[in-house]
Amino acid sequence: MNISLSITKTIHDWLFSIMPESVASITEMVLIATVYLAVFAVFGLYLVLLERKVAAWFQLRLGPNRVGFKGLFQTMADALKLVSKELTGTEKADKFLYNLAPYFVIITALMALAVFPFTQEFHAFDINIGIFFLIAISSIGVIGILLGGWSSNNKFALIGAMRSGVQTISYELSVGLSLLTMVLITGSLQLSEIVEVQKSGWLIVQGHIPAIIAFMIYMIAGTAETNRAPFDLVEAESELGAGFHTEYSGMKFAYFFLAEFINMFIISAIATTVFFGAWLSPFGITDSIPWLGVFWFLGKTLVIVIVMMWFRWTFPRLRIDQLLTLEWKYLLPINLVNIIVMAFIVWQNLIIQF
Amino acid sequence: MSYFSDIYNGIKSLLTGMSVTGKVFLNARKGAITQEYPDNRDTLKMFDRFRGEVVMPHDEHNEHRCTGCQKCEIACPNGSIEIVWDRKINPETGKKKKEIDQHIYHLGLCTMCGLCIEACPTDAIVWAQNYENSVYDRSHLTKVLNQPGSILMDGVED
Repeated sequence: MNISLSITKTIHDWLFSIMPESVASITEMVLIATVYLAVFAVFGLYLVLLERKVAAWFQLRLGPNRVGFKGLFQTMADALKLVSKELTGTEKADKFLYNLAPYFVIITALMALAVFPFTQEFHAFDINIGIFFLIAISSIGVIGILLGGWSSNNKFALIGAMRSGVQTISYELSVGLSLLTMVLITGSLQLSEIVEVQKSGWLIVQGHIPAIIAFMIYMIAGTAETNRAPFDLVEAESELGAGFHTEYSGMKFAYFFLAEFINMFIISAIATTVFFGAWLSPFGITDSIPWLGVFWFLGKTLVIVIVMMWFRWTFPRLRIDQLLTLEWKYLLPINLVNIIVMAFIVWQNLIIQF
Repeated sequence: MSYFSDIYNGIKSLLTGMSVTGKVFLNARKGAITQEYPDNRDTLKMFDRFRGEVVMPHDEHNEHRCTGCQKCEIACPNGSIEIVWDRKINPETGKKKKEIDQHIYHLGLCTMCGLCIEACPTDAIVWAQNYENSVYDRSHLTKVLNQPGSILMDGVED
């Protein structure tokens, strides 16, 4: 029953049989990159649709339901419209940085996707510093936001970008430390090994109390990382127009928009991998059918994505001082204590394993 | 030492908020209040409190309840109502009595404030739940509320 798994292996063998090794590996990389780009561009569009639908349900509306069957092509149509629009800009914008900024954001978002273990063998880039790579890559995105805000020569964009800098740099700490708490159990940063450890119980079960605290901190900080409500000071509509991407139009705006949703997927996918056993099914009920791992991975990720949308449509936006108070006075100290508790638990072998 | 109680209360209030919106989310299928208007035009029934336009109900004998007291005209803040009236001699009693000729209502000026309906002592004018009020020429928005040839209902005094 391992249909999909053998397809990748067949293509791999076939490529290596018809060309020299170096050319074949480069071709393989290009192929994988193209597949990921295509799949996740479409996936990002459907995340936008999901967001709009979920928002509608929270507000007792119906949401988009006109374009295609039950509105399934709404975001496709939006993307087509954005592609066809004129790329405007401000007169005194720093043209080079202005044009560069969206690519920083979208490329970092897409790069981070490479390391996720979608299922046992469907894992593009199993790097031995997996978690570290993810944290590092996801914090490069803020450069794009800062550049975009700075170069568009608009004070609202600048204020939005500076807020984003403050916010992302602060909350980066909590994301890193809460993931570090879990790394104490696994003893490895490599994502495939983290999944391996979870075969005897998902980490949120293995680590019990400190793991749940770490998960809560991770969700709060992760929501802040993606600049989503209630931490959307960056693009607070009522205060700053559209924040850092006020001056962007057409496809460049679409890159920022898509990157936001792919980042949300990334944050959820990290949570799935580190806390909820990645592609492992609960109690191993579908272990005999390995390709169902993709289904479990995406299913768990979508549940966390919907929880993040639930946050967005429930909580009011924080003020900037409240935002920093939450991070530096609450999340960070709790996180540091939590790491010590977790270290003690791992040292005394108090983890729950099946 | 309000630090820990702050954390506890914070988490508690966040979860309370999430449970409220969560219940709304789960009941969204039944509770959606959006009307898909042009599609359900045949079945769409507006609720009673909806203010579409002012109308004057007439009964089967083509009689209305407007005595021509002009209180609605005075109450209207932007002059949407004009009443053309006359004094006519009642053939039975021989007394002169005020009677409306035309109750003119400018829907284009109306802000749907409802002061005229509150002011009316005889409940001659009421809200209609009609919502398709767009026309090609604004002169169509000036309406005569009393039907031609209609008379005052018996026994209605202000």
